Amino acid sequence: MLKDILKVLEDDARTTTRQIATMTGTPAAEVTKLIKQAEKDRIILKYKTVINWDRVEDERVWALIEIKVTPEPEAGFDAIAERISQFPQVRSLYLASGTYDLLLVVVGKSEHEVADFVSQKLAHIESVQGTDTHFVLKRYKEDGEILEGGEGVKRQPVIL
Amino acid sequence: MRQTSQRHLKLISKRVNHISPSGIRKFFDLLASMEGVISLGVGEPDYATPWHISEAAIQSLEKGYTMYTSNSGMPELRQEISRYLKDTYDVEYNPAGELLITVGVSEALDLTMRAILNPGDEIIMPDPHYVSYDACIILAGGEPVMVPTSQKSNFEVSAADIEARITGKTKAILIGYPANPTGAVMSRDKLLTIAEVARRHRLLVISDEIYARLVYGAEHTCFASLPGVKENTILLGGFSKAYAMTGWRVGYAAAPKDIIAAMTKIHQYTIMSAPTMAQVAAIEALKSGESSMLEMVEDYNRRRLIIVRGLNDIGLTCFEPRGAFYAFPSIISTGMTSEEFSEKLLLEEKVAVVPGSAFGQCGEGYVRCCYATSLADIEEALFRMKRFVSKYRK
Repeated sequence: MLKDILKVLEDDARTTTRQIATMTGTPAAEVTKLIKQAEKDRIILKYKTVINWDRVEDERVWALIEIKVTPEPEAGFDAIAERISQFPQVRSLYLASGTYDLLLVVVGKSEHEVADFVSQKLAHIESVQGTDTHFVLKRYKEDGEILEGGEGVKRQPVIL
Repeated sequence: MRQTSQRHLKLISKRVNHISPSGIRKFFDLLASMEGVISLGVGEPDYATPWHISEAAIQSLEKGYTMYTSNSGMPELRQEISRYLKDTYDVEYNPAGELLITVGVSEALDLTMRAILNPGDEIIMPDPHYVSYDACIILAGGEPVMVPTSQKSNFEVSAADIEARITGKTKAILIGYPANPTGAVMSRDKLLTIAEVARRHRLLVISDEIYARLVYGAEHTCFASLPGVKENTILLGGFSKAYAMTGWRVGYAAAPKDIIAAMTKIHQYTIMSAPTMAQVAAIEALKSGESSMLEMVEDYNRRRLIIVRGLNDIGLTCFEPRGAFYAFPSIISTGMTSEEFSEKLLLEEKVAVVPGSAFGQCGEGYVRCCYATSLADIEEALFRMKRFVSKYRK
Protein backbone atom coordinates (compact mmCIF):
# COMPACT_ATOMS: atom_id res chain seq x y z
CA MET A 1 0.00 0.00 0.00
CA LEU A 2 2.79 2.38 0.98
CA LYS A 3 4.44 1.67 -2.35
CA ASP A 4 1.29 2.76 -4.22
CA ILE A 5 1.20 5.97 -2.21
CA LEU A 6 4.89 6.63 -2.85
CA LYS A 7 4.45 6.12 -6.58
CA VAL A 8 1.72 8.76 -6.66
CA LEU A 9 3.78 11.21 -4.58
CA GLU A 10 6.94 10.62 -6.57
CA ASP A 11 5.09 11.73 -9.69
CA ASP A 12 3.31 14.65 -8.05
CA ALA A 13 4.15 15.70 -4.51
CA ARG A 14 1.15 18.00 -4.46
CA THR A 15 -1.41 15.20 -4.76
CA THR A 16 -3.76 15.67 -1.83
CA THR A 17 -4.40 13.07 0.83
CA ARG A 18 -7.99 12.83 -0.33
CA GLN A 19 -6.89 12.18 -3.92
CA ILE A 20 -4.39 9.56 -2.83
CA ALA A 21 -7.04 7.92 -0.69
CA THR A 22 -9.39 7.64 -3.69
CA MET A 23 -6.65 6.49 -6.03
CA THR A 24 -5.38 3.76 -3.78
CA GLY A 25 -8.64 2.77 -2.12
CA THR A 26 -7.21 3.53 1.33
CA PRO A 27 -9.04 5.57 4.00
CA ALA A 28 -7.64 9.11 4.17
CA ALA A 29 -6.65 8.72 7.83
CA GLU A 30 -4.62 5.64 6.92
CA VAL A 31 -2.90 7.52 4.07
CA THR A 32 -1.93 10.33 6.45
CA LYS A 33 -0.58 7.82 8.93
CA LEU A 34 1.47 5.95 6.33
CA ILE A 35 2.95 9.15 4.92
CA LYS A 36 3.88 10.44 8.39
CA GLN A 37 5.54 7.14 9.19
CA ALA A 38 7.43 7.17 5.88
CA GLU A 39 8.69 10.66 6.67
CA LYS A 40 9.79 9.48 10.10
CA ASP A 41 11.52 6.43 8.64
CA ARG A 42 13.28 8.71 6.14
CA ILE A 43 11.67 6.87 3.23
CA ILE A 44 10.24 10.22 2.17
CA LEU A 45 13.10 12.69 2.55
CA LYS A 46 11.75 15.87 1.07
CA TYR A 47 9.08 17.27 -1.29
CA LYS A 48 10.77 19.17 -4.10
CA THR A 49 10.05 20.72 -7.48
CA VAL A 50 11.71 20.00 -10.82
CA ILE A 51 12.69 23.39 -12.23
CA ASN A 52 14.09 24.34 -15.59
CA TRP A 53 16.56 26.95 -14.31
CA ASP A 54 17.65 27.77 -17.83
CA ARG A 55 14.35 29.59 -18.24
CA VAL A 56 15.06 31.77 -15.23
CA GLU A 57 18.03 34.05 -14.79
CA ASP A 58 20.33 31.82 -12.85
CA GLU A 59 24.05 32.15 -12.37
CA ARG A 60 24.68 28.70 -11.03
CA VAL A 61 27.13 26.30 -12.59
CA TRP A 62 26.71 22.55 -12.49
CA ALA A 63 29.50 19.99 -12.66
CA LEU A 64 29.85 16.21 -12.53
CA ILE A 65 33.00 15.22 -10.71
CA GLU A 66 34.47 11.74 -10.79
CA ILE A 67 36.75 10.85 -7.89
CA LYS A 68 39.14 7.95 -7.51
CA VAL A 69 39.74 7.16 -3.83
CA THR A 70 41.66 4.68 -1.71
CA PRO A 71 39.10 2.72 0.31
CA GLU A 72 39.72 2.61 4.03
CA PRO A 73 40.48 -0.77 5.60
CA GLU A 74 37.37 -0.89 7.83
CA ALA A 75 34.80 1.48 6.42
CA GLY A 76 35.52 0.94 2.70
CA PHE A 77 34.07 3.85 0.72
CA ASP A 78 31.43 4.81 3.25
CA ALA A 79 33.56 6.96 5.53
CA ILE A 80 35.02 9.06 2.73
CA ALA A 81 31.62 9.31 1.00
CA GLU A 82 29.97 10.50 4.20
CA ARG A 83 32.67 13.11 4.63
CA ILE A 84 32.27 14.43 1.10
CA SER A 85 28.46 14.45 1.50
CA GLN A 86 28.82 17.11 4.19
CA PHE A 87 29.87 19.79 1.71
CA PRO A 88 26.81 21.87 0.80
CA GLN A 89 28.16 22.22 -2.76
CA VAL A 90 27.58 18.49 -3.27
CA ARG A 91 24.05 18.00 -4.50
CA SER A 92 24.24 14.26 -5.20
CA LEU A 93 26.85 11.65 -4.47
CA TYR A 94 27.02 8.09 -5.73
CA LEU A 95 29.39 5.16 -5.49
CA ALA A 96 29.72 3.91 -9.04
CA SER A 97 31.25 0.97 -10.84
CA GLY A 98 33.86 1.63 -13.54
CA THR A 99 37.14 3.48 -13.75
CA TYR A 100 36.41 5.87 -10.88
CA ASP A 101 34.71 5.32 -7.52
CA LEU A 102 32.57 8.29 -6.54
CA LEU A 103 30.43 10.45 -8.76
CA LEU A 104 29.40 13.89 -7.48
CA VAL A 105 26.94 16.41 -8.77
CA VAL A 106 28.24 19.77 -7.63
CA VAL A 107 26.61 23.19 -7.89
CA GLY A 108 28.54 26.44 -7.59
CA LYS A 109 28.08 30.13 -8.30
CA SER A 110 30.77 30.09 -10.98
CA GLU A 111 33.26 27.82 -12.67
CA HIS A 112 35.84 29.44 -10.50
CA GLU A 113 34.01 28.44 -7.35
CA VAL A 114 33.66 24.84 -8.50
CA ALA A 115 37.35 24.75 -9.43
CA ASP A 116 38.20 26.07 -5.97
CA PHE A 117 36.06 23.40 -4.38
CA VAL A 118 37.93 20.69 -6.27
CA SER A 119 41.44 22.02 -5.65
CA GLN A 120 40.95 23.38 -2.12
CA LYS A 121 38.57 20.84 -0.62
CA LEU A 122 38.44 17.55 -2.51
CA ALA A 123 42.10 17.33 -3.53
CA HIS A 124 43.12 17.87 0.08
CA ILE A 125 41.33 14.82 1.37
CA GLU A 126 43.95 12.20 2.04
CA SER A 127 42.35 9.21 0.35
CA VAL A 128 41.42 11.11 -2.82
CA GLN A 129 43.78 9.91 -5.55
CA GLY A 130 42.47 11.94 -8.42
CA THR A 131 39.49 13.88 -9.75
CA ASP A 132 37.99 14.51 -13.15
CA THR A 133 35.63 17.47 -13.46
CA HIS A 134 32.99 17.78 -16.19
CA PHE A 135 31.13 21.08 -16.38
CA VAL A 136 27.53 20.78 -17.50
CA LEU A 137 27.08 22.74 -20.73
CA LYS A 138 23.39 22.19 -21.23
CA ARG A 139 20.67 20.26 -19.45
CA TYR A 140 18.30 18.21 -21.55
CA LYS A 141 16.48 16.09 -19.03
CA GLU A 142 16.11 16.56 -15.28
CA ASP A 143 14.63 13.95 -12.96
CA GLY A 144 12.77 12.26 -15.79
CA GLU A 145 11.46 15.50 -17.26
CA ILE A 146 12.55 16.66 -20.71
CA LEU A 147 13.38 20.37 -20.37
CA GLU A 148 12.76 21.72 -23.86
CA GLY A 149 10.20 20.44 -26.34
CA GLY A 150 8.79 18.08 -23.73
CA GLU A 151 5.35 19.68 -23.75
CA GLY A 152 4.06 16.88 -25.91
CA VAL A 153 1.93 16.86 -28.99
CA LYS A 154 -1.59 18.22 -28.84
CA ARG A 155 -4.23 15.61 -29.55
CA GLN A 156 -6.25 16.21 -32.69
CA PRO A 157 -10.01 16.07 -32.43
CA VAL A 158 -11.10 12.75 -33.86
CA ILE A 159 -14.37 10.90 -33.88
CA LEU A 160 -14.34 7.70 -31.93
CA MET B 1 -23.13 27.70 -54.77
CA ARG B 2 -26.03 25.99 -53.07
CA GLN B 3 -27.17 24.52 -56.37
CA THR B 4 -23.80 22.94 -56.96
CA SER B 5 -23.80 21.42 -53.51
CA GLN B 6 -27.33 20.10 -54.06
CA ARG B 7 -26.20 18.51 -57.29
CA HIS B 8 -23.22 16.92 -55.57
CA LEU B 9 -25.39 15.53 -52.80
CA LYS B 10 -27.49 13.76 -55.42
CA LEU B 11 -24.32 12.10 -56.67
CA ILE B 12 -23.57 10.53 -53.29
CA SER B 13 -24.57 6.90 -52.85
CA LYS B 14 -27.85 6.33 -51.02
CA ARG B 15 -26.09 4.11 -48.54
CA VAL B 16 -23.68 6.85 -47.53
CA ASN B 17 -26.41 9.48 -47.42
CA HIS B 18 -28.38 7.14 -45.19
CA ILE B 19 -25.69 7.34 -42.51
CA SER B 20 -25.99 10.43 -40.36
CA PRO B 21 -22.73 12.23 -39.66
CA SER B 22 -21.38 11.37 -36.24
CA GLY B 23 -23.03 13.38 -33.47
CA ILE B 24 -19.58 14.05 -32.08
CA ARG B 25 -18.50 16.03 -35.13
CA LYS B 26 -20.28 19.26 -34.35
CA PHE B 27 -18.80 19.41 -30.86
CA PHE B 28 -15.32 19.08 -32.20
CA ASP B 29 -15.94 21.87 -34.69
CA LEU B 30 -17.16 24.05 -31.84
CA LEU B 31 -14.31 22.96 -29.61
CA ALA B 32 -11.70 23.74 -32.22
CA SER B 33 -12.84 27.37 -32.24
CA MET B 34 -12.55 27.81 -28.46
CA GLU B 35 -9.63 28.54 -26.15
CA GLY B 36 -9.01 27.09 -22.70
CA VAL B 37 -11.24 24.05 -23.13
CA ILE B 38 -10.60 20.97 -21.02
CA SER B 39 -11.43 18.03 -23.19
CA LEU B 40 -12.74 14.77 -21.83
CA GLY B 41 -13.89 14.14 -25.36
CA VAL B 42 -11.25 12.35 -27.33
CA GLY B 43 -11.07 8.62 -26.66
CA GLU B 44 -7.38 7.97 -26.90
CA PRO B 45 -4.45 7.62 -24.51
CA ASP B 46 -2.77 10.88 -23.46
CA TYR B 47 0.57 9.12 -23.54
CA ALA B 48 2.95 9.09 -26.45
CA THR B 49 3.89 5.59 -27.57
CA PRO B 50 6.52 4.08 -25.22
CA TRP B 51 9.86 5.12 -26.63
CA HIS B 52 11.32 1.66 -27.17
CA ILE B 53 8.40 0.90 -29.46
CA SER B 54 8.86 4.09 -31.50
CA GLU B 55 12.57 3.46 -31.63
CA ALA B 56 12.11 -0.02 -33.07
CA ALA B 57 10.14 1.56 -35.91
CA ILE B 58 12.74 4.28 -36.44
CA GLN B 59 15.46 1.65 -36.65
CA SER B 60 13.47 -0.31 -39.19
CA LEU B 61 13.18 2.83 -41.35
CA GLU B 62 16.93 3.35 -41.08
CA LYS B 63 17.46 -0.19 -42.26
CA GLY B 64 15.19 0.36 -45.21
CA TYR B 65 12.04 -1.49 -44.16
CA THR B 66 9.91 0.78 -46.28
CA MET B 67 8.18 -1.62 -48.64
CA TYR B 68 4.85 -3.46 -48.53
CA THR B 69 4.66 -6.48 -46.29
CA SER B 70 2.81 -9.67 -47.20
CA ASN B 71 -0.91 -8.93 -47.57
CA SER B 72 -1.62 -10.82 -44.38
CA GLY B 73 1.03 -8.86 -42.50
CA MET B 74 4.59 -9.61 -41.42
CA PRO B 75 4.98 -13.29 -40.51
CA GLU B 76 6.84 -12.36 -37.33
CA LEU B 77 4.00 -10.14 -36.16
CA ARG B 78 1.42 -12.85 -36.85
CA GLN B 79 3.57 -15.30 -34.91
CA GLU B 80 3.86 -12.87 -31.98
CA ILE B 81 0.09 -12.31 -31.93
CA SER B 82 -0.50 -16.05 -32.09
CA ARG B 83 1.90 -16.59 -29.18
CA TYR B 84 0.33 -13.70 -27.26
CA LEU B 85 -3.21 -15.06 -27.65
CA LYS B 86 -2.07 -18.52 -26.63
CA ASP B 87 -0.12 -17.27 -23.59
CA THR B 88 -2.74 -14.79 -22.42
CA TYR B 89 -6.04 -16.51 -23.20
CA ASP B 90 -5.04 -20.05 -24.11
CA VAL B 91 -6.64 -19.73 -27.52
CA GLU B 92 -4.78 -20.96 -30.58
CA TYR B 93 -4.69 -19.26 -33.95
CA ASN B 94 -2.46 -20.41 -36.77
CA PRO B 95 -0.29 -17.47 -37.84
CA ALA B 96 -0.50 -18.78 -41.39
CA GLY B 97 -4.14 -18.49 -42.38
CA GLU B 98 -6.05 -17.57 -39.24
CA LEU B 99 -4.64 -14.11 -38.61
CA LEU B 100 -4.77 -10.93 -40.67
CA ILE B 101 -2.96 -7.70 -39.83
CA THR B 102 -5.16 -4.67 -40.49
CA VAL B 103 -5.10 -0.90 -40.37
CA GLY B 104 -6.39 -0.79 -36.82
CA VAL B 105 -9.46 -2.59 -35.57
CA SER B 106 -11.41 -0.10 -37.66
CA GLU B 107 -10.33 -1.79 -40.87
CA ALA B 108 -10.80 -5.23 -39.36
CA LEU B 109 -14.37 -4.29 -38.47
CA ASP B 110 -15.09 -3.00 -41.97
CA LEU B 111 -13.57 -6.10 -43.56
CA THR B 112 -15.61 -8.34 -41.30
CA MET B 113 -18.85 -6.72 -42.32
CA ARG B 114 -18.02 -6.69 -46.01
CA ALA B 115 -16.87 -10.31 -45.88
CA ILE B 116 -19.95 -11.75 -44.21
CA LEU B 117 -22.95 -9.58 -45.07
CA ASN B 118 -25.45 -9.98 -47.88
CA PRO B 119 -27.97 -7.18 -48.48
CA GLY B 120 -30.54 -7.16 -45.69
CA ASP B 121 -28.59 -9.43 -43.33
CA GLU B 122 -28.97 -8.42 -39.71
CA ILE B 123 -26.39 -8.02 -37.00
CA ILE B 124 -27.47 -7.84 -33.39
CA MET B 125 -25.50 -5.49 -31.17
CA PRO B 126 -25.84 -3.72 -27.83
CA ASP B 127 -26.90 -0.07 -27.57
CA PRO B 128 -25.16 2.25 -26.59
CA HIS B 129 -22.29 1.25 -28.83
CA TYR B 130 -19.13 2.47 -30.48
CA VAL B 131 -20.01 4.86 -33.33
CA SER B 132 -18.45 2.79 -36.12
CA TYR B 133 -20.36 -0.42 -35.49
CA ASP B 134 -23.68 0.44 -37.06
CA ALA B 135 -22.06 2.61 -39.75
CA CYS B 136 -19.85 -0.26 -40.94
CA ILE B 137 -22.81 -2.64 -40.99
CA ILE B 138 -24.90 -0.21 -43.04
CA LEU B 139 -22.05 0.55 -45.45
CA ALA B 140 -21.72 -3.18 -46.07
CA GLY B 141 -25.44 -3.45 -46.86
CA GLY B 142 -26.52 -4.96 -43.57
CA GLU B 143 -28.99 -3.92 -40.91
CA PRO B 144 -27.93 -3.24 -37.33
CA VAL B 145 -30.43 -4.53 -34.77
CA MET B 146 -30.03 -2.88 -31.38
CA VAL B 147 -30.36 -4.54 -28.01
CA PRO B 148 -30.92 -1.93 -25.30
CA THR B 149 -28.62 -2.00 -22.29
CA SER B 150 -28.72 0.27 -19.26
CA GLN B 151 -26.95 1.37 -16.15
CA LYS B 152 -29.24 -0.95 -14.17
CA SER B 153 -27.52 -3.96 -15.71
CA ASN B 154 -24.09 -2.25 -15.72
CA PHE B 155 -24.44 -1.94 -19.49
CA GLU B 156 -23.90 -5.66 -19.95
CA VAL B 157 -25.97 -7.11 -22.75
CA SER B 158 -28.25 -10.02 -21.88
CA ALA B 159 -28.33 -13.22 -23.90
CA ALA B 160 -32.12 -13.39 -23.57
CA ASP B 161 -32.47 -9.89 -25.05
CA ILE B 162 -30.25 -10.92 -27.93
CA GLU B 163 -32.17 -14.11 -28.52
CA ALA B 164 -35.47 -12.24 -28.61
CA ARG B 165 -34.21 -10.26 -31.62
CA ILE B 166 -33.00 -13.17 -33.71
CA THR B 167 -34.82 -13.52 -37.05
CA GLY B 168 -34.24 -15.55 -40.18
CA LYS B 169 -32.01 -12.74 -41.41
CA THR B 170 -29.69 -12.63 -38.40
CA LYS B 171 -26.13 -13.30 -39.37
CA ALA B 172 -24.07 -12.41 -36.36
CA ILE B 173 -23.87 -10.91 -32.90
CA LEU B 174 -21.45 -8.02 -32.48
CA ILE B 175 -20.07 -7.28 -29.02
CA GLY B 176 -17.31 -4.97 -27.84
CA TYR B 177 -16.24 -5.38 -24.22
CA PRO B 178 -14.61 -3.62 -22.41
CA ALA B 179 -16.99 -1.15 -23.97
CA ASN B 180 -16.78 2.25 -25.51
CA PRO B 181 -18.60 4.46 -24.41
CA THR B 182 -19.68 2.83 -21.13
CA GLY B 183 -16.52 1.21 -19.77
CA ALA B 184 -18.55 -1.94 -19.08
CA VAL B 185 -16.86 -5.32 -18.83
CA MET B 186 -18.75 -8.60 -19.40
CA SER B 187 -18.24 -11.43 -16.96
CA ARG B 188 -17.20 -14.83 -18.24
CA ASP B 189 -20.52 -16.32 -17.11
CA LYS B 190 -22.56 -13.80 -19.08
CA LEU B 191 -20.39 -14.32 -22.15
CA LEU B 192 -21.02 -18.05 -21.87
CA THR B 193 -24.76 -17.45 -22.11
CA ILE B 194 -24.22 -15.40 -25.27
CA ALA B 195 -22.02 -18.14 -26.69
CA GLU B 196 -24.83 -20.60 -26.00
CA VAL B 197 -27.39 -18.47 -27.88
CA ALA B 198 -24.99 -18.09 -30.81
CA ARG B 199 -24.37 -21.84 -30.91
CA ARG B 200 -28.06 -22.70 -30.77
CA HIS B 201 -28.89 -20.36 -33.63
CA ARG B 202 -25.68 -20.99 -35.59
CA LEU B 203 -24.65 -17.35 -35.51
CA LEU B 204 -21.25 -15.80 -35.83
CA VAL B 205 -19.98 -13.70 -32.95
CA ILE B 206 -17.78 -10.71 -33.74
CA SER B 207 -15.89 -9.70 -30.64
CA ASP B 208 -14.09 -6.35 -30.67
CA GLU B 209 -11.51 -6.61 -27.89
CA ILE B 210 -9.46 -3.49 -28.51
CA TYR B 211 -9.73 -2.49 -24.82
CA ALA B 212 -8.88 -5.99 -23.54
CA ARG B 213 -5.85 -4.90 -21.57
CA LEU B 214 -7.49 -1.88 -19.99
CA VAL B 215 -9.36 -3.54 -17.13
CA TYR B 216 -9.34 -2.57 -13.47
CA GLY B 217 -10.03 -5.12 -10.79
CA ALA B 218 -11.84 -7.22 -13.36
CA GLU B 219 -10.71 -9.95 -15.67
CA HIS B 220 -11.11 -9.75 -19.40
CA THR B 221 -12.42 -12.91 -21.00
CA CYS B 222 -11.42 -13.42 -24.60
CA PHE B 223 -14.65 -14.57 -26.24
CA ALA B 224 -12.84 -16.97 -28.56
CA SER B 225 -11.31 -18.72 -25.56
CA LEU B 226 -14.70 -19.98 -24.34
CA PRO B 227 -15.18 -23.69 -24.91
CA GLY B 228 -16.32 -24.60 -28.41
CA VAL B 229 -16.90 -21.08 -29.76
CA LYS B 230 -13.69 -20.37 -31.65
CA GLU B 231 -15.06 -21.86 -34.89
CA ASN B 232 -17.83 -19.25 -34.97
CA THR B 233 -15.95 -16.25 -33.65
CA ILE B 234 -14.21 -13.35 -35.32
CA LEU B 235 -11.85 -11.82 -32.81
CA LEU B 236 -10.69 -8.24 -33.40
CA GLY B 237 -7.78 -6.78 -31.52
CA GLY B 238 -5.13 -4.14 -31.76
CA PHE B 239 -2.43 -2.06 -30.18
CA SER B 240 -3.86 1.46 -30.17
CA LYS B 241 -5.31 1.65 -26.69
CA ALA B 242 -3.09 -0.62 -24.60
CA TYR B 243 0.23 0.56 -26.01
CA ALA B 244 -0.79 4.15 -26.76
CA MET B 245 -0.35 3.55 -30.49
CA THR B 246 -3.48 5.12 -31.97
CA GLY B 247 -1.68 6.95 -34.74
CA TRP B 248 0.21 3.91 -35.97
CA ARG B 249 -2.96 2.29 -37.26
CA VAL B 250 -2.31 -1.36 -36.71
CA GLY B 251 -4.66 -4.09 -35.52
CA TYR B 252 -5.66 -7.62 -36.40
CA ALA B 253 -8.45 -10.10 -37.00
CA ALA B 254 -8.29 -13.71 -35.85
CA ALA B 255 -10.87 -16.11 -37.22
CA PRO B 256 -11.39 -19.45 -38.96
CA LYS B 257 -9.37 -19.86 -42.15
CA ASP B 258 -12.16 -19.32 -44.69
CA ILE B 259 -13.31 -16.12 -43.03
CA ILE B 260 -9.77 -14.73 -42.85
CA ALA B 261 -9.31 -15.68 -46.51
CA ALA B 262 -12.44 -13.71 -47.44
CA MET B 263 -11.34 -10.71 -45.40
CA THR B 264 -7.84 -10.90 -46.88
CA LYS B 265 -9.36 -10.77 -50.36
CA ILE B 266 -10.93 -7.39 -49.63
CA HIS B 267 -7.88 -6.20 -47.71
CA GLN B 268 -5.49 -6.99 -50.57
CA TYR B 269 -7.58 -5.09 -53.11
CA THR B 270 -8.22 -2.06 -50.94
CA ILE B 271 -5.30 -1.70 -48.51
CA MET B 272 -2.54 -4.03 -49.77
CA SER B 273 -0.91 -4.25 -46.38
CA ALA B 274 -0.89 -2.40 -43.06
CA PRO B 275 1.89 0.19 -42.67
CA THR B 276 5.22 -1.61 -42.44
CA MET B 277 6.79 0.54 -39.73
CA ALA B 278 3.65 0.20 -37.63
CA GLN B 279 3.89 -3.58 -37.89
CA VAL B 280 7.50 -3.44 -36.71
CA ALA B 281 6.40 -1.28 -33.78
CA ALA B 282 3.64 -3.77 -32.96
CA ILE B 283 6.18 -6.62 -32.83
CA GLU B 284 8.23 -4.62 -30.35
CA ALA B 285 5.10 -3.85 -28.31
CA LEU B 286 4.25 -7.54 -28.00
CA LYS B 287 7.81 -8.61 -27.31
CA SER B 288 8.75 -6.08 -24.67
CA GLY B 289 5.96 -3.57 -24.12
CA GLU B 290 4.20 -5.36 -21.27
CA SER B 291 5.73 -3.41 -18.39
CA SER B 292 5.28 0.05 -19.92
CA MET B 293 1.72 -0.92 -20.77
CA LEU B 294 0.97 -2.06 -17.22
CA GLU B 295 2.34 1.22 -15.86
CA MET B 296 -0.09 3.14 -18.04
CA VAL B 297 -2.96 0.91 -16.93
CA GLU B 298 -2.06 1.56 -13.30
CA ASP B 299 -2.13 5.27 -13.99
CA TYR B 300 -5.48 5.13 -15.81
CA ASN B 301 -6.85 3.28 -12.82
CA ARG B 302 -5.86 6.07 -10.41
CA ARG B 303 -7.56 8.65 -12.61
CA ARG B 304 -10.58 6.39 -13.06
CA LEU B 305 -11.10 6.24 -9.30
CA ILE B 306 -10.81 10.03 -9.04
CA ILE B 307 -13.28 10.79 -11.84
CA VAL B 308 -15.88 8.20 -10.83
CA ARG B 309 -15.87 9.41 -7.27
CA GLY B 310 -15.90 13.04 -8.39
CA LEU B 311 -18.86 12.54 -10.74
CA ASN B 312 -20.86 10.72 -8.10
CA ASP B 313 -20.04 13.45 -5.57
CA ILE B 314 -21.50 16.15 -7.80
CA GLY B 315 -24.66 14.15 -8.41
CA LEU B 316 -23.93 12.76 -11.85
CA THR B 317 -24.42 9.15 -10.86
CA CYS B 318 -21.98 6.90 -12.49
CA PHE B 319 -21.71 3.12 -12.31
CA GLU B 320 -18.20 1.82 -11.82
CA PRO B 321 -16.62 1.27 -15.24
CA ARG B 322 -14.24 -1.65 -14.99
CA GLY B 323 -12.63 -1.26 -18.39
CA ALA B 324 -11.48 1.07 -21.20
CA PHE B 325 -10.92 4.69 -20.12
CA TYR B 326 -14.41 6.12 -20.04
CA ALA B 327 -16.84 7.10 -17.34
CA PHE B 328 -20.47 7.25 -18.46
CA PRO B 329 -22.41 9.24 -15.87
CA SER B 330 -26.14 9.87 -15.95
CA ILE B 331 -27.11 13.50 -16.43
CA ILE B 332 -30.82 12.97 -15.85
CA SER B 333 -30.73 15.05 -12.66
CA THR B 334 -30.18 18.17 -14.78
CA GLY B 335 -33.31 17.59 -16.85
CA MET B 336 -31.35 18.19 -20.04
CA THR B 337 -30.85 15.98 -23.03
CA SER B 338 -27.30 14.72 -23.37
CA GLU B 339 -26.76 16.99 -26.35
CA GLU B 340 -28.05 20.07 -24.52
CA PHE B 341 -25.92 19.20 -21.52
CA SER B 342 -22.76 18.76 -23.58
CA GLU B 343 -23.29 21.90 -25.59
CA LYS B 344 -24.08 24.10 -22.57
CA LEU B 345 -21.22 22.61 -20.57
CA LEU B 346 -18.84 23.40 -23.39
CA LEU B 347 -20.10 26.95 -23.91
CA GLU B 348 -20.54 27.89 -20.26
CA GLU B 349 -17.74 26.01 -18.52
CA LYS B 350 -15.45 25.05 -21.37
CA VAL B 351 -15.47 21.35 -20.60
CA ALA B 352 -15.91 18.98 -23.52
CA VAL B 353 -17.72 15.68 -23.03
CA VAL B 354 -19.50 13.58 -25.63
CA PRO B 355 -23.31 13.32 -25.53
CA GLY B 356 -24.42 9.74 -24.95
CA SER B 357 -26.91 10.04 -27.80
CA ALA B 358 -23.95 9.93 -30.21
CA PHE B 359 -23.63 6.27 -29.25
CA GLY B 360 -27.21 5.27 -29.91
CA GLN B 361 -30.67 5.82 -28.46
CA CYS B 362 -29.84 4.11 -25.20
CA GLY B 363 -26.96 6.51 -24.66
CA GLU B 364 -29.47 9.32 -24.16
CA GLY B 365 -29.36 10.61 -20.59
CA TYR B 366 -25.64 10.01 -20.27
CA VAL B 367 -22.40 11.66 -21.34
CA ARG B 368 -19.06 10.05 -22.05
CA CYS B 369 -16.07 11.39 -20.14
CA CYS B 370 -12.67 10.07 -21.18
CA TYR B 371 -10.28 10.12 -18.24
CA ALA B 372 -7.14 9.56 -20.30
CA THR B 373 -6.10 13.10 -19.51
CA SER B 374 -4.00 14.70 -16.79
CA LEU B 375 -5.17 14.50 -13.20
CA ALA B 376 -5.04 18.28 -12.92
CA ASP B 377 -7.39 18.58 -15.90
CA ILE B 378 -9.72 15.96 -14.48
CA GLU B 379 -9.93 17.83 -11.17
CA GLU B 380 -10.50 21.16 -12.91
CA ALA B 381 -13.15 19.61 -15.17
CA LEU B 382 -14.92 18.14 -12.13
CA PHE B 383 -14.82 21.54 -10.41
CA ARG B 384 -16.38 23.24 -13.43
CA MET B 385 -18.96 20.47 -13.85
CA LYS B 386 -19.94 20.82 -10.21
CA ARG B 387 -20.60 24.53 -10.70
CA PHE B 388 -22.56 23.74 -13.85
CA VAL B 389 -24.66 20.99 -12.31
CA SER B 390 -25.56 22.97 -9.20
CA LYS B 391 -26.82 25.74 -11.46
CA TYR B 392 -29.14 23.47 -13.41
CA ARG B 393 -30.11 20.70 -11.02
CA LYS B 394 -33.85 20.17 -10.96
